Amino acid sequence: MPRYGMVIDTRKCVGCQDCVVACKTENNVPEGHNRDWIVTESFGKFPDINLEIRTERCNHCSETPCVSCCPTGASHIHDVGGVVLVTHEKCIGCKACVEACPYDARFIHPDGYADKCTFCIHRVEKGEKPACVEVCPTYCMHFGDLDDPNSEVSKLLNSRKYHALMTDAGTKPNIFYLV
Amino acid sequence: MHEIFTTRNNPNIDPVMAMWGWEIPVYLFLGGMVAGMMIIAGYFLFSGRHKESNCSCYSIPLTSFVLLSLGMFALFLDLAHKPYVWRLYTTFQVTSPMSWGAWILILVYPALIANILIRPPSWITQKFPKLSDIAGKLQAHPFFIKNVGIFNMVLGMMLGAYTGVLLSTMGSRPLWNSSLLWVLFLVSGLSTAAAYVHLIAKNKNESELLAKADNGFLVVELFVIVMLFLGLMSSARPHIEAAQLLLTGTYAPAFWVFVIGLGIIIPLGLQLLAVNHKVKHTPIAPIMVIIGGLILRFIIVSAGQYSHWFNAHFK
Ligand code: SF4
Ligand code: SF4
Repeated sequence: MPRYGMVIDTRKCVGCQDCVVACKTENNVPEGHNRDWIVTESFGKFPDINLEIRTERCNHCSETPCVSCCPTGASHIHDVGGVVLVTHEKCIGCKACVEACPYDARFIHPDGYADKCTFCIHRVEKGEKPACVEVCPTYCMHFGDLDDPNSEVSKLLNSRKYHALMTDAGTKPNIFYLV
Repeated sequence: MHEIFTTRNNPNIDPVMAMWGWEIPVYLFLGGMVAGMMIIAGYFLFSGRHKESNCSCYSIPLTSFVLLSLGMFALFLDLAHKPYVWRLYTTFQVTSPMSWGAWILILVYPALIANILIRPPSWITQKFPKLSDIAGKLQAHPFFIKNVGIFNMVLGMMLGAYTGVLLSTMGSRPLWNSSLLWVLFLVSGLSTAAAYVHLIAKNKNESELLAKADNGFLVVELFVIVMLFLGLMSSARPHIEAAQLLLTGTYAPAFWVFVIGLGIIIPLGLQLLAVNHKVKHTPIAPIMVIIGGLILRFIIVSAGQYSHWFNAHFK
């Protein structure tokens, strides 16, 4: 089974929010809510200051506290690519998964169910890229199978230094940031 | 320097998680108190105290039934997708404490009903005289009564423990992520239940016994709180920061004043004087214990959501 993930080049991301708007449009994300967002992190000591701009979303982790705490099975791991999804009709809106995600990547949709990034699985299953990847004007986002050594994402990870987010939390995120 | 800006602003998540409002702490408090009441009533049945006609084991189960139902109603109010609540009972998710809890509650009700049936309150038997016959038959079987006692004690333990486990399995919230949380909630449930029985007991000996038991539970609760903080303070940075929220941070005034001072130390002092016959038993100490138990749940739920692996960027 493939393991879908993203590799995002932080040297190219300019924080233009195109991905955010594309996601909102593609997935009908309700007003005032975000499935993806931009983080600007600055660190270091003057004059040696670094700035990293990155686009963030659900990390479609390999260890999923959000799935294991769900009492109805609504949160689940999809058979295609290990993508983490929520079946709206099964979700009772108990919010346990929202609490369980260390990235705070989920929210409660105004219609009552837990919602978050789906890696645009409806597009991916048709052979298309996720909407955010598709629109990125700097081509900083890459989507593919992390378990396939010949995929673009694997090759990028082999060629550059990278990090993932809050790996101490033990969820094994599947989104990587090239530095 | 280390600065983080995010464009995300999801409701009740940013800048800090506040997804679970008043409903969850109220549910956890009532669940814990009912758990304690089941253990106490179960123990009375098991040990044969029920032979005394004014034993509170006859009034606690009905109160437990009402309180637990109120708690479940609060939980229901918290659900964002209410029409689908039945989905809880079309599956059993082995890794989800909430799923365990839903099924434990299905067993708790029959245990409470069995306990109520042993001697239903007179206003019920007046309406349904048949219940008196059933009660009469049940009372003739001491073996049955003993087993109802055991059933109530075991389920009370499971209910009380699960309210803590529900939170402590969340590795995402460092304050909750302690394997001692269920012990704290169980002991606090027992102490609030003992306080309640102390308050309502018609039998003097029973009231005295429960006051003594409550003193014991309060001492154990203090000890567990110390252990919980020792555990958190000797863990990773997010756990230390989480513990500091209560010890010196945002939640410290409420924690020290309402949970430790007014909820444990002062009622413990008052009850120690009372059981040593230095002062009269008054409702003040047990009421303080009960309110302290409720505030403990509010603080743990709220501060737990505030605690984070990466809290630094919201300071
Ligand atoms: S980022 Fe959060 S919601 Fe997404 S898979 Fe990981 S733990 Fe679950
Ligand atoms: S909010 Fe929905 S998806 Fe999340 S844990 Fe509860 S039932 Fe599962």
